[in-house]
Amino acid sequence: MTVRAVRRGDLDEVIAIDASVTGIEKRSYWQRVYRRYGIAARGEQRWFLVALAEGRVAGFLIGEVRDWEFGEPPCGWVFAIDIDPKARQAGIGSRLLESLSTSLRRAGVRKLRTLLSRENTLILSFFRSQGMTAAPMIPLEMDLLTDNAHVEPLR
Amino acid sequence: MRLQVNTMLALYSVIEFAADPQRHIPAAEIAEKYSVSPHHLAKVLAELARAGIVESVRGVGGGYRFTANVRRLTLMDVIHLFEDLAPPASQRRDAGGPTPVDLALESVLSEIDHIAKATFSSITLATMLQLVARKKGGAPSEAAHPAIS
Repeated sequence: MTVRAVRRGDLDEVIAIDASVTGIEKRSYWQRVYRRYGIAARGEQRWFLVALAEGRVAGFLIGEVRDWEFGEPPCGWVFAIDIDPKARQAGIGSRLLESLSTSLRRAGVRKLRTLLSRENTLILSFFRSQGMTAAPMIPLEMDLLTDNAHVEPLR
Repeated sequence: MRLQVNTMLALYSVIEFAADPQRHIPAAEIAEKYSVSPHHLAKVLAELARAGIVESVRGVGGGYRFTANVRRLTLMDVIHLFEDLAPPASQRRDAGGPTPVDLALESVLSEIDHIAKATFSSITLATMLQLVARKKGGAPSEAAHPAIS
């Protein structure tokens, strides 16, 4: 198995893996992600990695460095990771995460964070198994469309 | 989420068994280690055996042995055997039903409960064993095997 930066020719397999996991094919979304993360200029501190097994894309991971959000020092983020269901339990996710961690360490980043649904116990368990613990922050959200909300249409 | 004594005892026991899955560990050994009565522990181990997490081996050299998958079994799988995980009912039982204060407090407590459940559901026994290994060395021996009360 090898891990390397994504290439345009990998995109169909990335889209297929995501569709098989989520049940939704999001081609235009992945093309935007590829433009932003797959062809990032040197020094932009964004990574779109793929793991290849037997010449095929078996998994991918996307991460970046985020600077000074709410005063936090620069920190690595993983915001997507997917492994082909047929290729799981083979250490592919661990290899991808280690590859990103190595790049982040070289960039001088000391923390790696992620955010995902508390219902997603499979991926939560994966990150826990890699040594991640609860971060000293709490995600918050609010409904924007409540009964009292009045939305002026755009003109 | 506050865990009952039996639940804590089950968690300690499962971690002991998972750490050495080939060995048949006598219940008396665990009872002594955590200063609990063998009778009390037997009930907990019987429940774990019913759930297929451990198996009992009788005779000389007998005891209990871990039979689950350390990479799949989560803390929540153990906890739900011993805890009632239904959402907390309103504490106040006024004739008029829950008040807005009841409902607001319930929603805050529910937030905390959801986070606790998600945490327990995301930690497998394999991850727990890694955590235990990391804590070894730094922690004093008394803290590693506290009496459960």
